[in-house]
Amino acid sequence: MKKIEAIIRTSKFEDVKSELKKIGIDFFSYWEASGIGNEHTQEYHTYRGTIYDTQYIPRLFISIVLKDINVKKAIDCIEKAAHTGEVGDGMIFTYNIEESVRISNGARGEASTAGPGDNI
Amino acid sequence: MTRKLLTIFFSLILTICFMDLAAQISRTPDPNGGNTGSLADIDTTTAKVLDSLTRSKDTTVAAVNASVNKLATAVSTFANADGHNKISINFVWLLIGGFLVFFMQAGFALVETGLTRAKNVAHTMAMNLFVYPAGALGFFISGFAIMFGGLGALGTLGGFDGLNHEVSVRLFGHSFGLLGAKGFFMNGIYDVGVLGFFVFQVVFMDATATIPTGAMAERWKFASFAISGVLIGGFIYPIYGNWVWGGGWLSQLGVNFGLGHGHLDFAGSSVVHLSGGVLAFLGAKMLGPRIGKYNRNGTVNAIPGHNIPMAVLGSLVLAFGWFGFNSGSTLAGTDLRLAVVAFNTLIASCGGAVAATLWIWFVRGNKPDVSMMVNGLLAGLVAITAPCAFVSPAGGLIIGLLAGVLVVEVTFFVERKLKIDDPVGAVAVHGANGLWGVLALGLFADGTYGDGLNGVKGNVRGLFYGDGGQFVAEAIGGLVNIIWFALAGWIMFKLLDKLVGNRVPAEVELYGLDLHETGLDGYSGIRMDKNAETPLSR
Repeated sequence: MKKIEAIIRTSKFEDVKSELKKIGIDFFSYWEASGIGNEHTQEYHTYRGTIYDTQYIPRLFISIVLKDINVKKAIDCIEKAAHTGEVGDGMIFTYNIEESVRISNGARGEASTAGPGDNI
Repeated sequence: MTRKLLTIFFSLILTICFMDLAAQISRTPDPNGGNTGSLADIDTTTAKVLDSLTRSKDTTVAAVNASVNKLATAVSTFANADGHNKISINFVWLLIGGFLVFFMQAGFALVETGLTRAKNVAHTMAMNLFVYPAGALGFFISGFAIMFGGLGALGTLGGFDGLNHEVSVRLFGHSFGLLGAKGFFMNGIYDVGVLGFFVFQVVFMDATATIPTGAMAERWKFASFAISGVLIGGFIYPIYGNWVWGGGWLSQLGVNFGLGHGHLDFAGSSVVHLSGGVLAFLGAKMLGPRIGKYNRNGTVNAIPGHNIPMAVLGSLVLAFGWFGFNSGSTLAGTDLRLAVVAFNTLIASCGGAVAATLWIWFVRGNKPDVSMMVNGLLAGLVAITAPCAFVSPAGGLIIGLLAGVLVVEVTFFVERKLKIDDPVGAVAVHGANGLWGVLALGLFADGTYGDGLNGVKGNVRGLFYGDGGQFVAEAIGGLVNIIWFALAGWIMFKLLDKLVGNRVPAEVELYGLDLHETGLDGYSGIRMDKNAETPLSR
């Protein structure tokens, strides 16, 4: 079992979500994240003639726990869907997971995680 | 079941709609309104008398004499009724104007709160609410008496002349009215005309008292503000108001020194707006800028308002109320010049909004800044407030366009050169354009209106139409306004600072004034990133 965490552009969320669904990964968590980075803002904020910096860059942070066999597929999928080529497209990380329990039916391990199993 | 019941219900309504009930009433219905209102609505007895006179066939001298007498009585009855009608129309117009101006309080609240931060929303709103009762109380106690105690007869409102005590001094052989002294606590002036006039005037005073709350927002202690509201309404505002509108010495400049019609201000560019602007300027200067507004090297940080839709809605509410503010100031619904006033009000506000938007878009910035659009609309309105009754349509547009440019330039000047932090642009909108408004009257008044104003014969002419004296009177009025409000305001703010303190502590300002000053969060249950709202000074 692995966990994938990815920081992506908010504007790419719908693409990433639908691409993941195509490869069978249809549930995961996400939340809004703020960051500081090297991105050059294309649109400046101005207020009463003064240009200002909002001091943070809004992104989405998604977290997926999945079976080992799905990890590479998922990473490729997110990388492709979230790509624009500009600075600030985001990052993808993977981690090992020791245990996973689905609370509703008590399933343990890989059976409880997102994505198709090896029998499919 | 339900369907059946509904069918019965609607058929019942349809039946009632088409039932002929006319047979049961004595008068035929009047669907187009042409026959509603007749002789009988003025006086039934006289109508019957007139009817009998037309039927009378008796031609003896005695009978004809009797008829003539009856006719004379009838004519005087109708003339009285007509006079009552005219004054009633004036009353309705005055009160509608007053109600519209009252609604401007909502506009001020929305604009000021929209252009400030979410963490101060309850405090800013509360100031805009509380200034109304606090100021009105001051106006009731002493304000109205000081301002209008020596006004004389209320010509368009029935002619009650109980407001007859003006304290004045004699200098150089001329009389100078200083302040009124009749009607403290509304004593001895229990008259429909006076009370209607009070309703109209009290909301003007509230506009003056609410302008500083915008410039001093997000750091002004509520206690200090509340006392200032009473002082402005009861004392500071009415004294200058008396000089211009209550028969005081600025209005006498024409009679005494031949300067046009004296200082004229139709609806309050100087009396209401320049006053508020000066107090706002002084208050913002004495409080100092909000934390984070300026960097150590003096450059400016933007502190964006938290709710632009609120500010836009507020500016439209203000523009709507302004029709009452200006047109209502004829104090007479039978003075049809009010249409010109309404037109000028409209065209100047449009000119102001367009000019300010274009100026911030292409000259001073790179985007059509929404807050500047709001300020531009209001700037045009402030500027046309004094001259609205005296200028031509084209004059109105020019005044508005210049007001729009002026508001942007003065905003930049106040913020960047003077380093005075005015969150909503009150100084630029009300101060600068209030002054521009009275000066514009002295320039653009076109000699079509104003015969007999302030006791001077002839229509009002500005410098461009041949009367330089009018311009001088306007300039003197503006200058005196600045001196008086700067002096009185300085004393008031110093006194309040000693008494209760003017500015909240830094930690309160950083957290937001809502909790510490008013005991609750204005947006309860909504998470706010308070650090992101205060720019970091560099």
